[in-house]
Amino acid sequence: MNPRELSCEEVIARLFDYLDRELDDRQAAEIEHHLSRCRDCFSRSEFEKRLRARLADSAGQPAPPRLQRRIRRLLDGFDEA
Amino acid sequence: MTERDRRARRAWFEGRLTPLLDRLYGTALRLTRHPDDAEDIVAEAVARAWRNLDELRDPERFEAWLFHILTNVFISEWRRRRSHPQHATEAETPAPDELDGADFTLFQQLHQPFLLWWGSLEEQFFNSLLEQDLQRALDDLPEPFRVVMVLVELRGHRYAEVARLLDIPLGTVRSRLNRARGLLQKALWEQARDAGILSPGPAAEASGTKGESP
Ligand SMILES: [Zn+2]
Repeated sequence: MNPRELSCEEVIARLFDYLDRELDDRQAAEIEHHLSRCRDCFSRSEFEKRLRARLADSAGQPAPPRLQRRIRRLLDGFDEA
Repeated sequence: MTERDRRARRAWFEGRLTPLLDRLYGTALRLTRHPDDAEDIVAEAVARAWRNLDELRDPERFEAWLFHILTNVFISEWRRRRSHPQHATEAETPAPDELDGADFTLFQQLHQPFLLWWGSLEEQFFNSLLEQDLQRALDDLPEPFRVVMVLVELRGHRYAEVARLLDIPLGTVRSRLNRARGLLQKALWEQARDAGILSPGPAAEASGTKGESP
């Protein structure tokens, strides 16, 4: 079965649902079909993917030594109990 | 359990925990925004994980399991604080002016329909975007939006899970997420513009400036 043809507006409206993997297989296939043929929507999709990847990469922050010591003490405490 | 078993168990736990610690702390910091609170919830999550290690059926799922505990610790702490008015600093519903720019899209500001040989605004933007810029933009989101954003974008939770964890309707998860994204992108745009990173080219001016006040 051929995927339904979506308009650019429909694709943009559902783009984040698609990127968040909230769509079912058929809906996702409709979006992918459009993205493979529409440069504008494809660019938008790539842009949002790139931004969210950068956001996810920014999630780490060096744990302060104080926290590391606290965790070690905490585990030592359980060991003694 | 023999002494040797106990030592092996502890070594296994620490071996798994150590490489995750920076991300646990970073996630906790994005959720709470306060270093002391972030340390508290990480410590509590680690304590719970260690106490309940027998409940972890599949050792390969250690990371997901530990982050799930972290999220739960944060949410119960968040709820507890909200029931104490002296700690409830942020309202459930953001003020209308906090919603300004909710439908802003960075893409519209940066996208040029054809590639220029000296590079594009998009490239300029991404090349100069620092971790601190992203962290600041996220931290500045009103709390209900920030929490949903962290759970979905940083932790990869499904909308239904977020709705269940926060005890809010699915539609609220969606609308908060949409607004959070608009506000985050607007903040990033303003940061980049104020830092003089983006020399506004003709393409940026020609494309829509919806959501941006003059
Ligand atoms: Zn399109």
